[in-house]
Amino acid sequence: MTGTIPLQYFLIISTLMFFSGIFGFLTRKNLITMLMSIELILNSVNINFVAFNRYLYPDNLHGHFFTLIVIAVAAAEAAVAIAIIINIYRNFRSIEVDKVDEMKF
Amino acid sequence: MTINDFLLMRHEIMLVLIALILLIVDLNLKPTQKPWIIPVAMVLFIIHIIVGFLPAPEGTLFGGMFRSTPLINMMKNVLNIGVFIIMLQSYTWIMKPENREKMSEYFVLMFSTLAGMYFMISSGDFLMFYLGLETATIPMAALAAYTHHQTKSAEAGVKLILSSALSSGILLFGLSLIYGSTGSIYFTDVAASFGAAPMQVLAFLFFFSGMAFKISLVPFHLWTADVYEGSPVNVTSYFSVISKGAASFILILILYKVFFQLIEVWQNVLYIISVLTMVVGNLFALRQKNMKRFLAFSSIAQAGFILLGMMAGSQMGMTSVIYFVLVYIFSNLGAFGVVSAIEAVTGKVEMSDYNGLYRTNPRLSLLMMLAMFSLAGIPPVAGFFGKFFLFTSAASAGYYWLVFIAVLNATVSLYYYLMVVKAMFINKSDEPIAFFRSDNMTRAGLLLSAVGIVVIGFWSQVYEMINNLSVGLF
Repeated sequence: MTGTIPLQYFLIISTLMFFSGIFGFLTRKNLITMLMSIELILNSVNINFVAFNRYLYPDNLHGHFFTLIVIAVAAAEAAVAIAIIINIYRNFRSIEVDKVDEMKF
Repeated sequence: MTINDFLLMRHEIMLVLIALILLIVDLNLKPTQKPWIIPVAMVLFIIHIIVGFLPAPEGTLFGGMFRSTPLINMMKNVLNIGVFIIMLQSYTWIMKPENREKMSEYFVLMFSTLAGMYFMISSGDFLMFYLGLETATIPMAALAAYTHHQTKSAEAGVKLILSSALSSGILLFGLSLIYGSTGSIYFTDVAASFGAAPMQVLAFLFFFSGMAFKISLVPFHLWTADVYEGSPVNVTSYFSVISKGAASFILILILYKVFFQLIEVWQNVLYIISVLTMVVGNLFALRQKNMKRFLAFSSIAQAGFILLGMMAGSQMGMTSVIYFVLVYIFSNLGAFGVVSAIEAVTGKVEMSDYNGLYRTNPRLSLLMMLAMFSLAGIPPVAGFFGKFFLFTSAASAGYYWLVFIAVLNATVSLYYYLMVVKAMFINKSDEPIAFFRSDNMTRAGLLLSAVGIVVIGFWSQVYEMINNLSVGLF
């Protein structure tokens, strides 16, 4: 059933995506791009789940279900996060992280 | 599946129903009638608490995704009481004119997060766990940004949603590795085939980092102080007590039930993290001037103490954790109750504003003193017994050095807790906070937490009841 692409390739891609997401989250200064980095992380998780399911445990569908739910939850999370970011823009007139620094230490 | 099976998830069903009822009631109220939502929410929640205390059946639902045991039921009851006290204490704040329009949203959001936490505690597989976790966190960010016209509150909201989304991402990556290495997401199946292979250890570490974000353990605590300071006080007390309590409950359940074969690994991880958490939390609490930030760092340090009980890996460890969370709910709510009562009337949150409080508001000062003594662990009040049992369970597992470090930290914490007491009782102030009377609801909330702080420590049946229900490793 497996194609010509070995499982490891999927895992390498997903791990790269995961860590570029973390890197982006820590280095980017714009709130929207930080949110995009989180989406990258969640998508790497989805790739992992689907690849594991398809290659290692094709009898059950736990991985696929998990992926569907992660997609739905990510949408809800993005909706709330963007609403809050709009609110930030109204208050600070900017969505740069450097400007949103009223509280420190 | 029969109607009776649904009784297993009565906490969750009740909460969802209450949230829906409140939304519908709110639709039918004219703007001038909005305050009616408060008694409706109170009465419904009291019914919910009473239903929660009725004897509960044991069992699983949805093919094992959801489970309920007397232990889990009791955890929910403990959290219910905490939420009720918070509702009482938030009365003055929620009645302010600027909150009138969105009064019902406060309760609806709070009940949705609570339902999420209950699903999380009751979860029997990682899918339900993840769903519960997200249901708990997403509305919580909305709560943090509740007073949306204030820049600080908006900032707290965005900091909370981004850092919690990142932490769930990390946690999910761990879950995907767990699925990859065991082929299942059910707790029982995962526990059966989970060993200490390198990939599984890595998966556990990812999972644990995600959870550490939620409980705000030290390398992952950076969001805590800002979110606590920016959110409205009552929301902050909800974060620091209910959300932290629920996350500790599920973490100890998962550590004991799912990862028990990794006990060597997680004991070492918890050892390092708990030392870091106690030390950093305490040191940063020393330099805080704002009461909310001060309580934030004190709650980080308390989370470090909770880890001591988890580490024991025994029935006594679990008992001491649940008991400590119960005591912590009352003591922290006592402290936050005073802070919120004062902020709602005068708007003051700096520690120097509390100078000379005893002369003008002796009863508030006494409650604050009790709460501080309880958080610090001074003998007559409940906090002492909470810490005592945590230390005993860690010592009985052989962690003498750790207990020594913890005792040193408890001594350091005594210093800053007593700073507050000193400010209220000894420091002189030219213009202390004038005398004021809180409304009856707030006073009832304060009284409840004061009674809890004093009584729970002496009432040994509470400890025995928790002990009878707790379980150790399998």
